[in-house]
Amino acid sequence: MRLTCPLCGERDRREFYYKGAALHRPAPDADLDAWHDYVNLRENPAGPLAELWYHEMGCGSWLTVTRNTATHEILEVALASTSGLGGPA
Amino acid sequence: MRFAGWRVLKEGLTGNRGWGPHWRDPEPKREYDVIIIGGGGHGLATAYYLAAEHGITNLAVLERGYLGGGNVGRNTTIVRANYYLPGNSEFYSHSLRLWESLEQELNYNAMMSQRSILNLYHNDSQRDAAVRRGNSIVNQGDDAELLDREAVGKSAPYLNFDNNRFPIQGALMQRRAGTARHDAVAWGFARGADMRGVDLIQNCEVTGIDVEGGKVTGVQTVRGPIRAKKVALAAAGRSSQVAAMAGLTLPIESHVLQAFVSEGVKPLIDQVITFAEGHLYISQSDKGGLVFGSYLDFYSSYAARGNLPMVEHTMETCVAMVPAISKARLLRSWGGIMDMTPDGSPIIDHSPIDGLYLNCGWCYGGFKATPGSGNAYAHLIATDRPHGAATKFKLDRFRSGHGLMDEEGTGAQHNLH
Repeated sequence: MRLTCPLCGERDRREFYYKGAALHRPAPDADLDAWHDYVNLRENPAGPLAELWYHEMGCGSWLTVTRNTATHEILEVALASTSGLGGPA
Repeated sequence: MRFAGWRVLKEGLTGNRGWGPHWRDPEPKREYDVIIIGGGGHGLATAYYLAAEHGITNLAVLERGYLGGGNVGRNTTIVRANYYLPGNSEFYSHSLRLWESLEQELNYNAMMSQRSILNLYHNDSQRDAAVRRGNSIVNQGDDAELLDREAVGKSAPYLNFDNNRFPIQGALMQRRAGTARHDAVAWGFARGADMRGVDLIQNCEVTGIDVEGGKVTGVQTVRGPIRAKKVALAAAGRSSQVAAMAGLTLPIESHVLQAFVSEGVKPLIDQVITFAEGHLYISQSDKGGLVFGSYLDFYSSYAARGNLPMVEHTMETCVAMVPAISKARLLRSWGGIMDMTPDGSPIIDHSPIDGLYLNCGWCYGGFKATPGSGNAYAHLIATDRPHGAATKFKLDRFRSGHGLMDEEGTGAQHNLH
Protein backbone atom coordinates (compact mmCIF):
# COMPACT_ATOMS: atom_id res chain seq x y z
CA MET A 1 0.00 0.00 0.00
CA ARG A 2 1.41 3.35 -1.04
CA LEU A 3 0.00 6.81 -0.43
CA THR A 4 0.46 9.78 -2.75
CA CYS A 5 1.26 12.71 -0.50
CA PRO A 6 0.18 15.98 -2.17
CA LEU A 7 3.57 17.49 -1.27
CA CYS A 8 5.98 14.54 -1.57
CA GLY A 9 4.42 12.30 -4.21
CA GLU A 10 3.92 8.52 -4.01
CA ARG A 11 5.50 7.15 -0.85
CA ASP A 12 5.79 3.87 1.00
CA ARG A 13 3.24 3.03 3.71
CA ARG A 14 6.07 2.88 6.26
CA GLU A 15 6.49 6.65 6.10
CA PHE A 16 2.99 7.22 7.44
CA TYR A 17 1.36 6.99 10.85
CA TYR A 18 -2.30 5.97 10.90
CA LYS A 19 -4.68 7.89 13.16
CA GLY A 20 -8.04 6.46 12.10
CA ALA A 21 -11.35 7.77 10.81
CA ALA A 22 -11.36 11.50 10.01
CA LEU A 23 -14.01 12.81 12.40
CA HIS A 24 -15.03 16.28 13.44
CA ARG A 25 -13.91 17.02 16.96
CA PRO A 26 -16.74 18.23 19.22
CA ALA A 27 -16.56 21.60 20.97
CA PRO A 28 -14.76 21.41 24.35
CA ASP A 29 -18.03 21.96 26.21
CA ALA A 30 -20.05 19.47 24.14
CA ASP A 31 -21.94 16.85 26.14
CA LEU A 32 -20.64 13.41 27.09
CA ASP A 33 -22.46 11.64 24.25
CA ALA A 34 -20.83 13.85 21.63
CA TRP A 35 -17.39 13.07 23.06
CA HIS A 36 -18.19 9.37 23.44
CA ASP A 37 -19.16 9.34 19.76
CA TYR A 38 -15.95 11.05 18.76
CA VAL A 39 -13.53 9.12 20.97
CA ASN A 40 -15.01 5.62 20.90
CA LEU A 41 -17.79 4.92 18.43
CA ARG A 42 -16.96 4.11 14.83
CA GLU A 43 -19.03 3.49 11.71
CA ASN A 44 -16.24 1.07 10.77
CA PRO A 45 -17.41 0.60 7.16
CA ALA A 46 -16.28 -2.23 4.88
CA GLY A 47 -15.76 0.13 1.96
CA PRO A 48 -14.66 3.74 1.42
CA LEU A 49 -13.55 5.48 4.61
CA ALA A 50 -12.13 8.99 5.14
CA GLU A 51 -9.09 8.66 7.38
CA LEU A 52 -6.35 10.76 8.93
CA TRP A 53 -2.77 9.77 8.13
CA TYR A 54 0.35 11.64 9.23
CA HIS A 55 3.37 11.83 6.92
CA GLU A 56 5.67 11.20 9.84
CA MET A 57 8.84 10.37 7.90
CA GLY A 58 8.19 12.86 5.12
CA CYS A 59 6.89 16.42 5.12
CA GLY A 60 5.05 16.13 8.45
CA SER A 61 1.65 16.91 6.93
CA TRP A 62 -1.60 15.50 8.23
CA LEU A 63 -3.50 14.00 5.31
CA THR A 64 -7.08 12.96 4.78
CA VAL A 65 -7.04 9.74 2.81
CA THR A 66 -10.17 8.19 1.38
CA ARG A 67 -9.42 4.48 1.21
CA ASN A 68 -11.50 1.38 0.56
CA THR A 69 -11.06 -0.80 3.64
CA ALA A 70 -12.25 -3.89 1.77
CA THR A 71 -9.64 -3.63 -1.01
CA HIS A 72 -6.97 -1.18 0.28
CA GLU A 73 -7.54 0.95 -2.84
CA ILE A 74 -6.62 4.60 -2.25
CA LEU A 75 -9.37 6.80 -3.67
CA GLU A 76 -8.26 10.29 -2.71
CA VAL A 77 -5.51 12.01 -0.72
CA ALA A 78 -5.65 15.64 0.36
CA LEU A 79 -3.97 17.86 2.94
CA ALA A 80 -6.06 17.76 6.08
CA SER A 81 -5.68 21.52 6.41
CA THR A 82 -7.66 22.03 3.20
CA SER A 83 -9.96 19.00 3.08
CA GLY A 84 -12.54 20.13 5.62
CA LEU A 85 -12.49 16.66 7.19
CA GLY A 86 -11.34 16.09 10.76
CA GLY A 87 -10.52 18.85 13.22
CA PRO A 88 -13.13 21.07 14.88
CA ALA A 89 -16.64 20.88 13.45
CA MET B 1 -21.65 -41.15 16.85
CA ARG B 2 -19.12 -41.26 19.67
CA PHE B 3 -15.42 -41.38 18.99
CA ALA B 4 -13.52 -44.12 20.74
CA GLY B 5 -10.14 -45.81 20.34
CA TRP B 6 -11.55 -49.12 19.11
CA ARG B 7 -13.65 -47.27 16.51
CA VAL B 8 -10.64 -45.39 15.16
CA LEU B 9 -8.80 -48.73 14.93
CA LYS B 10 -11.69 -50.45 13.17
CA GLU B 11 -12.17 -47.61 10.69
CA GLY B 12 -8.43 -47.49 10.06
CA LEU B 13 -8.51 -51.17 9.11
CA THR B 14 -11.58 -50.84 6.90
CA GLY B 15 -10.69 -47.81 4.80
CA ASN B 16 -12.38 -45.18 6.97
CA ARG B 17 -15.66 -45.72 5.12
CA GLY B 18 -17.83 -45.82 8.23
CA TRP B 19 -17.65 -42.20 9.29
CA GLY B 20 -20.69 -40.01 8.77
CA PRO B 21 -21.12 -36.24 8.75
CA HIS B 22 -20.38 -34.65 12.13
CA TRP B 23 -23.49 -32.47 12.02
CA ARG B 24 -26.79 -32.17 10.18
CA ASP B 25 -27.51 -29.58 7.47
CA PRO B 26 -31.02 -28.51 8.53
CA GLU B 27 -33.40 -26.10 6.86
CA PRO B 28 -34.04 -23.07 9.06
CA LYS B 29 -37.26 -23.21 11.07
CA ARG B 30 -39.54 -20.18 11.11
CA GLU B 31 -38.97 -19.45 14.76
CA TYR B 32 -36.39 -20.15 17.48
CA ASP B 33 -35.98 -19.21 21.12
CA VAL B 34 -32.45 -17.98 20.43
CA ILE B 35 -30.58 -17.11 17.24
CA ILE B 36 -26.81 -16.72 17.26
CA ILE B 37 -25.42 -14.69 14.36
CA GLY B 38 -22.01 -16.07 13.47
CA GLY B 39 -20.86 -19.69 13.22
CA GLY B 40 -17.28 -19.16 14.29
CA GLY B 41 -15.59 -20.41 17.43
CA HIS B 42 -17.40 -18.11 19.83
CA GLY B 43 -20.83 -18.54 18.23
CA LEU B 44 -20.54 -22.34 18.16
CA ALA B 45 -19.20 -22.48 21.71
CA THR B 46 -22.10 -20.29 22.85
CA ALA B 47 -24.58 -22.62 21.15
CA TYR B 48 -22.93 -25.64 22.75
CA TYR B 49 -23.04 -24.23 26.29
CA LEU B 50 -26.61 -22.92 25.86
CA ALA B 51 -27.68 -26.47 24.98
CA ALA B 52 -25.41 -28.38 27.36
CA GLU B 53 -25.59 -26.19 30.48
CA HIS B 54 -28.85 -24.26 30.12
CA GLY B 55 -31.07 -26.73 28.26
CA ILE B 56 -31.83 -24.25 25.46
CA THR B 57 -32.00 -26.35 22.30
CA ASN B 58 -34.59 -24.49 20.21
CA LEU B 59 -31.64 -22.59 18.95
CA ALA B 60 -30.04 -21.78 15.60
CA VAL B 61 -26.57 -20.59 14.62
CA LEU B 62 -26.73 -18.59 11.38
CA GLU B 63 -23.49 -18.50 9.43
CA ARG B 64 -22.91 -16.47 6.28
CA GLY B 65 -20.29 -18.82 4.89
CA TYR B 66 -19.23 -22.16 6.34
CA LEU B 67 -18.72 -23.10 9.97
CA GLY B 68 -15.36 -22.06 11.38
CA GLY B 69 -14.36 -20.23 8.19
CA GLY B 70 -13.41 -16.99 9.93
CA ASN B 71 -10.87 -16.15 12.60
CA VAL B 72 -11.18 -19.49 14.40
CA GLY B 73 -9.58 -21.06 11.34
CA ARG B 74 -7.05 -18.26 10.81
CA ASN B 75 -5.17 -17.78 14.08
CA THR B 76 -1.89 -18.91 15.61
CA THR B 77 -3.68 -21.38 17.94
CA ILE B 78 -2.18 -20.18 21.24
CA VAL B 79 -4.00 -20.89 24.49
CA ARG B 80 -2.90 -19.16 27.70
CA ALA B 81 -4.15 -17.41 30.84
CA ASN B 82 -1.42 -14.89 31.56
CA TYR B 83 -3.45 -11.71 31.65
CA TYR B 84 -2.91 -9.16 34.35
CA LEU B 85 -5.86 -6.84 34.96
CA PRO B 86 -8.90 -7.76 37.06
CA GLY B 87 -11.67 -8.54 34.59
CA ASN B 88 -9.37 -10.18 32.07
CA SER B 89 -7.48 -12.17 34.68
CA GLU B 90 -10.38 -14.22 36.07
CA PHE B 91 -11.96 -14.62 32.65
CA TYR B 92 -8.93 -16.15 30.92
CA SER B 93 -8.31 -18.29 34.00
CA HIS B 94 -11.87 -19.65 33.63
CA SER B 95 -11.32 -20.18 29.92
CA LEU B 96 -8.08 -22.11 30.43
CA ARG B 97 -9.80 -24.44 32.91
CA LEU B 98 -12.49 -25.12 30.30
CA TRP B 99 -9.77 -25.83 27.72
CA GLU B 100 -8.25 -28.44 30.00
CA SER B 101 -11.38 -30.59 30.02
CA LEU B 102 -12.71 -29.60 26.60
CA GLU B 103 -11.79 -32.72 24.64
CA GLN B 104 -13.33 -35.05 27.23
CA GLU B 105 -16.43 -32.89 27.41
CA LEU B 106 -16.86 -32.72 23.63
CA ASN B 107 -15.59 -36.25 22.89
CA TYR B 108 -13.52 -34.61 20.18
CA ASN B 109 -9.79 -34.46 19.60
CA ALA B 110 -8.90 -30.75 19.62
CA MET B 111 -5.19 -31.64 19.95
CA MET B 112 -4.95 -29.52 23.07
CA SER B 113 -1.26 -29.46 23.87
CA GLN B 114 -0.16 -27.82 27.13
CA ARG B 115 3.37 -27.36 25.92
CA SER B 116 3.91 -24.14 27.97
CA ILE B 117 4.59 -20.58 26.92
CA LEU B 118 7.76 -18.58 27.49
CA ASN B 119 7.40 -14.79 27.45
CA LEU B 120 11.00 -13.65 27.08
CA TYR B 121 12.29 -10.50 28.74
CA HIS B 122 15.31 -8.56 27.58
CA ASN B 123 15.94 -5.83 30.14
CA ASP B 124 15.38 -4.95 33.80
CA SER B 125 12.09 -3.17 33.33
CA GLN B 126 10.65 -6.05 31.34
CA ARG B 127 11.81 -8.43 34.08
CA ASP B 128 10.06 -6.32 36.71
CA ALA B 129 6.90 -6.30 34.62
CA ALA B 130 7.17 -10.08 34.22
CA VAL B 131 7.51 -10.53 38.01
CA ARG B 132 4.47 -8.35 38.59
CA ARG B 133 2.44 -10.16 35.97
CA GLY B 134 3.57 -13.53 37.30
CA ASN B 135 2.43 -12.63 40.82
CA SER B 136 -0.91 -11.54 39.43
CA ILE B 137 -1.29 -14.84 37.57
CA VAL B 138 -0.44 -16.83 40.70
CA ASN B 139 -2.98 -14.78 42.66
CA GLN B 140 -5.68 -15.58 40.10
CA GLY B 141 -5.00 -19.27 40.80
CA ASP B 142 -2.94 -20.14 37.73
CA ASP B 143 0.69 -21.05 37.29
CA ALA B 144 3.60 -18.77 36.48
CA GLU B 145 7.33 -19.21 36.94
CA LEU B 146 10.13 -16.77 36.44
CA LEU B 147 13.02 -18.35 34.56
CA ASP B 148 16.50 -16.91 34.50
CA ARG B 149 18.75 -16.92 31.46
CA GLU B 150 20.24 -20.34 32.22
CA ALA B 151 16.85 -21.94 32.67
CA VAL B 152 15.63 -20.50 29.36
CA GLY B 153 18.84 -21.81 27.78
CA LYS B 154 18.06 -25.35 28.90
CA SER B 155 14.50 -25.11 27.68
CA ALA B 156 15.08 -23.32 24.36
CA PRO B 157 18.77 -23.49 23.42
CA TYR B 158 18.10 -22.43 19.82
CA LEU B 159 17.26 -18.83 20.83
CA ASN B 160 19.72 -16.04 20.17
CA PHE B 161 20.79 -15.18 23.72
CA ASP B 162 23.48 -12.71 22.77
CA ASN B 163 21.64 -10.49 20.36
CA ASN B 164 23.48 -7.17 20.81
CA ARG B 165 20.37 -5.10 21.12
CA PHE B 166 18.03 -7.57 22.81
CA PRO B 167 20.00 -10.09 24.89
CA ILE B 168 17.70 -12.58 26.63
CA GLN B 169 17.68 -12.16 30.41
CA GLY B 170 15.00 -14.69 31.17
CA ALA B 171 11.34 -15.49 30.71
CA LEU B 172 7.99 -15.72 32.42
CA MET B 173 6.73 -19.25 31.91
CA GLN B 174 3.23 -20.67 32.14
CA ARG B 175 3.34 -24.46 31.94
CA ARG B 176 -0.40 -24.91 31.43
CA ALA B 177 -0.44 -22.71 28.33
CA GLY B 178 0.01 -24.21 24.88
CA THR B 179 -1.74 -24.69 21.58
CA ALA B 180 -4.86 -26.39 20.22
CA ARG B 181 -5.96 -27.47 16.76
CA HIS B 182 -8.06 -24.41 15.91
CA ASP B 183 -10.37 -25.94 13.29
CA ALA B 184 -11.08 -28.94 15.50
CA VAL B 185 -12.18 -26.61 18.29
CA ALA B 186 -14.85 -25.15 16.00
CA TRP B 187 -15.82 -28.61 14.73
CA GLY B 188 -15.98 -30.08 18.23
CA PHE B 189 -18.29 -27.35 19.47
CA ALA B 190 -20.38 -27.59 16.29
CA ARG B 191 -20.80 -31.33 16.67
CA GLY B 192 -21.57 -31.04 20.38
CA ALA B 193 -24.23 -28.39 19.73
CA ASP B 194 -25.74 -30.35 16.82
CA MET B 195 -25.94 -33.54 18.90
CA ARG B 196 -28.01 -31.63 21.44
CA GLY B 197 -30.47 -30.41 18.81
CA VAL B 198 -29.03 -27.04 17.80
CA ASP B 199 -29.61 -26.13 14.13
CA LEU B 200 -26.36 -25.04 12.48
CA ILE B 201 -27.38 -23.20 9.33
CA GLN B 202 -24.65 -22.38 6.86
CA ASN B 203 -24.81 -20.12 3.79
CA CYS B 204 -27.40 -18.10 5.67
CA GLU B 205 -26.35 -14.45 5.72
CA VAL B 206 -28.34 -12.20 8.03
CA THR B 207 -29.50 -9.12 6.13
CA GLY B 208 -31.57 -7.41 8.82
CA ILE B 209 -32.44 -7.48 12.50
CA ASP B 210 -36.10 -6.90 13.34
CA VAL B 211 -36.74 -4.61 16.30
CA GLU B 212 -40.23 -3.64 17.44
CA GLY B 213 -40.79 -1.21 20.29
CA GLY B 214 -37.20 -1.51 21.49
CA LYS B 215 -37.36 -5.32 21.54
CA VAL B 216 -35.80 -7.73 19.09
CA THR B 217 -38.27 -10.01 17.30
CA GLY B 218 -36.17 -11.86 14.75
CA VAL B 219 -33.88 -11.55 11.76
CA GLN B 220 -34.08 -11.30 8.00
CA THR B 221 -31.81 -13.68 6.12
CA VAL B 222 -31.04 -14.64 2.54
CA ARG B 223 -33.08 -17.77 3.31
CA GLY B 224 -36.10 -15.84 4.56
CA PRO B 225 -37.20 -14.24 7.82
CA ILE B 226 -36.72 -16.12 11.09
CA ARG B 227 -38.42 -15.05 14.30
CA ALA B 228 -36.63 -15.27 17.64
CA LYS B 229 -37.11 -14.21 21.24
CA LYS B 230 -33.41 -13.50 21.64
CA VAL B 231 -30.72 -12.68 19.10
CA ALA B 232 -27.04 -12.91 20.01
CA LEU B 233 -24.23 -11.41 17.93
CA ALA B 234 -20.97 -13.33 17.56
CA ALA B 235 -19.72 -11.80 14.34
CA ALA B 236 -16.12 -10.89 15.28
CA GLY B 237 -14.58 -8.60 12.63
CA ARG B 238 -17.98 -8.03 11.04
CA SER B 239 -19.67 -7.00 14.30
CA SER B 240 -20.06 -3.37 13.22
CA GLN B 241 -22.04 -4.32 10.11
CA VAL B 242 -24.32 -6.72 12.00
CA ALA B 243 -24.90 -4.26 14.85
CA ALA B 244 -25.71 -1.53 12.32
CA MET B 245 -28.66 -3.67 11.16
CA ALA B 246 -30.17 -2.99 14.58
CA GLY B 247 -29.21 0.69 14.47
CA LEU B 248 -26.26 0.31 16.85
CA THR B 249 -22.82 1.85 16.48
CA LEU B 250 -20.09 -0.05 18.34
CA PRO B 251 -16.77 1.14 19.79
CA ILE B 252 -14.94 -1.06 17.30
CA GLU B 253 -12.50 -0.63 14.43
CA SER B 254 -11.74 -3.67 12.27
CA HIS B 255 -8.04 -4.12 11.62
CA VAL B 256 -5.92 -6.72 9.86
CA LEU B 257 -3.55 -9.09 11.68
CA GLN B 258 -1.32 -11.33 9.62
CA ALA B 259 -0.14 -14.84 10.45
CA PHE B 260 2.54 -16.99 8.83
CA VAL B 261 3.51 -20.63 8.41
CA SER B 262 6.89 -21.88 7.27
CA GLU B 263 7.61 -25.10 5.42
CA GLY B 264 7.78 -28.14 7.67
CA VAL B 265 11.04 -28.60 9.55
CA LYS B 266 12.19 -31.18 12.06
CA PRO B 267 10.99 -30.74 15.65
CA LEU B 268 12.72 -27.64 16.97
CA ILE B 269 10.38 -25.43 18.96
CA ASP B 270 8.43 -27.49 21.46
CA GLN B 271 6.89 -24.60 23.38
CA VAL B 272 5.22 -21.31 22.54
CA ILE B 273 7.79 -18.52 22.61
CA THR B 274 7.10 -14.81 22.62
CA PHE B 275 9.76 -12.22 22.01
CA ALA B 276 9.22 -8.94 23.84
CA GLU B 277 11.47 -6.67 21.80
CA GLY B 278 9.79 -6.23 18.47
CA HIS B 279 6.90 -8.53 19.39
CA LEU B 280 6.67 -12.01 17.98
CA TYR B 281 4.97 -15.26 18.96
CA ILE B 282 6.00 -18.58 17.49
CA SER B 283 5.22 -22.25 17.92
CA GLN B 284 5.63 -25.37 15.81
CA SER B 285 2.67 -27.32 14.54
CA ASP B 286 2.54 -31.10 14.70
CA LYS B 287 3.13 -31.14 10.93
CA GLY B 288 6.41 -29.30 11.47
CA GLY B 289 5.46 -25.87 10.18
CA LEU B 290 6.53 -22.90 12.27
CA VAL B 291 3.44 -20.83 13.04
CA PHE B 292 4.08 -17.22 13.95
CA GLY B 293 2.76 -13.69 13.95
CA SER B 294 3.44 -10.21 15.18
CA TYR B 295 1.64 -6.85 15.32
CA LEU B 296 -1.43 -5.59 13.55
CA ASP B 297 -0.77 -3.73 10.32
CA PHE B 298 -2.31 -0.71 12.10
CA TYR B 299 -4.93 0.50 9.66
CA SER B 300 -8.61 -0.34 9.28
CA SER B 301 -9.12 -3.27 6.94
CA TYR B 302 -11.60 -5.92 5.90
CA ALA B 303 -9.35 -7.24 3.13
CA ALA B 304 -8.25 -10.34 5.10
CA ARG B 305 -4.72 -9.75 3.84
CA GLY B 306 -1.99 -7.39 4.96
CA ASN B 307 0.91 -5.44 3.54
CA LEU B 308 4.60 -6.15 3.16
CA PRO B 309 6.07 -3.80 5.81
CA MET B 310 4.60 -5.94 8.61
CA VAL B 311 5.68 -9.12 6.80
CA GLU B 312 9.22 -7.77 6.72
CA HIS B 313 9.12 -6.74 10.37
CA THR B 314 7.84 -10.17 11.41
CA MET B 315 10.53 -12.01 9.44
CA GLU B 316 13.26 -9.75 10.85
CA THR B 317 12.10 -10.39 14.38
CA CYS B 318 11.82 -14.10 13.74
CA VAL B 319 15.35 -14.39 12.43
CA ALA B 320 16.72 -12.15 15.18
CA MET B 321 15.21 -14.46 17.79
CA VAL B 322 15.84 -17.84 16.13
CA PRO B 323 18.75 -17.45 13.67
CA ALA B 324 18.63 -21.19 12.89
CA ILE B 325 15.44 -20.78 10.90
CA SER B 326 16.71 -17.99 8.66
CA LYS B 327 16.82 -20.38 5.68
CA ALA B 328 13.38 -21.86 6.26
CA ARG B 329 10.98 -20.84 3.52
CA LEU B 330 7.65 -19.26 4.16
CA LEU B 331 4.84 -21.52 3.04
CA ARG B 332 1.91 -19.17 3.34
CA SER B 333 0.57 -16.09 5.07
CA TRP B 334 -2.89 -14.69 5.55
CA GLY B 335 -4.79 -11.99 7.38
CA GLY B 336 -7.75 -12.01 9.73
CA ILE B 337 -10.21 -9.24 10.54
CA MET B 338 -9.79 -8.14 14.15
CA ASP B 339 -12.61 -6.37 16.01
CA MET B 340 -10.53 -3.87 17.97
CA THR B 341 -11.94 -2.01 20.96
CA PRO B 342 -10.34 1.20 22.31
CA ASP B 343 -8.93 -0.55 25.42
CA GLY B 344 -8.03 -3.87 23.79
CA SER B 345 -10.47 -5.89 25.92
CA PRO B 346 -13.72 -7.54 24.81
CA ILE B 347 -17.44 -6.93 25.29
CA ILE B 348 -19.92 -9.57 26.51
CA ASP B 349 -23.01 -7.63 27.45
CA HIS B 350 -26.61 -6.72 26.81
CA SER B 351 -27.16 -4.24 24.02
CA PRO B 352 -29.45 -1.22 24.45
CA ILE B 353 -32.10 -3.27 22.59
CA ASP B 354 -34.12 -5.74 24.65
CA GLY B 355 -33.29 -9.33 23.70
CA LEU B 356 -30.23 -8.41 21.61
CA TYR B 357 -26.87 -9.48 23.06
CA LEU B 358 -23.32 -8.48 22.18
CA ASN B 359 -20.16 -10.57 22.09
CA CYS B 360 -17.43 -8.70 20.25
CA GLY B 361 -14.21 -6.76 20.57
CA TRP B 362 -11.93 -9.77 20.98
CA CYS B 363 -9.19 -7.85 19.24
CA TYR B 364 -6.31 -10.19 18.32
CA GLY B 365 -6.88 -12.57 21.26
CA GLY B 366 -10.14 -14.35 20.63
CA PHE B 367 -8.96 -17.91 20.11
CA LYS B 368 -7.80 -18.63 23.66
CA ALA B 369 -11.08 -17.13 24.86
CA THR B 370 -13.28 -19.47 22.78
CA PRO B 371 -14.63 -21.79 25.52
CA GLY B 372 -14.72 -19.05 28.15
CA SER B 373 -16.49 -16.66 25.83
CA GLY B 374 -19.08 -19.23 24.78
CA ASN B 375 -19.62 -20.30 28.38
CA ALA B 376 -20.01 -16.75 29.70
CA TYR B 377 -22.12 -15.56 26.76
CA ALA B 378 -24.46 -18.56 27.09
CA HIS B 379 -24.89 -17.70 30.77
CA LEU B 380 -25.77 -14.10 29.92
CA ILE B 381 -28.24 -15.10 27.20
CA ALA B 382 -29.92 -17.78 29.32
CA THR B 383 -30.11 -15.94 32.64
CA ASP B 384 -29.80 -12.26 31.65
CA ARG B 385 -27.05 -11.96 34.27
CA PRO B 386 -23.33 -11.81 33.52
CA HIS B 387 -21.27 -14.93 34.25
CA GLY B 388 -19.14 -14.55 37.38
CA ALA B 389 -15.92 -14.69 35.34
CA ALA B 390 -17.07 -12.05 32.84
CA THR B 391 -18.64 -9.28 34.90
CA LYS B 392 -16.39 -6.51 33.64
CA PHE B 393 -16.78 -6.86 29.86
CA LYS B 394 -19.31 -4.02 29.82
CA LEU B 395 -20.27 -1.98 26.79
CA ASP B 396 -20.75 1.24 28.78
CA ARG B 397 -17.20 1.30 30.16
CA PHE B 398 -16.14 3.29 27.11
CA ARG B 399 -18.81 5.94 27.62
CA SER B 400 -18.26 6.27 31.37
CA GLY B 401 -14.52 5.64 31.43
CA HIS B 402 -15.02 3.37 34.46
CA GLY B 403 -13.67 -0.16 34.24
CA LEU B 404 -11.51 0.25 31.16
CA MET B 405 -9.09 -2.69 30.84
CA ASP B 406 -6.04 -1.45 28.98
CA GLU B 407 -3.83 -4.50 29.41
CA GLU B 408 -0.95 -2.98 27.42
CA GLY B 409 -1.03 0.35 29.23
CA THR B 410 -0.88 2.30 25.99
CA GLY B 411 -4.05 4.32 26.59
CA ALA B 412 -7.64 3.36 25.90
CA GLN B 413 -8.07 4.77 22.43
CA HIS B 414 -8.41 3.42 18.92
CA ASN B 415 -5.20 2.86 16.94
CA LEU B 416 -3.09 2.15 20.06
CA HIS B 417 -3.82 -1.56 20.45
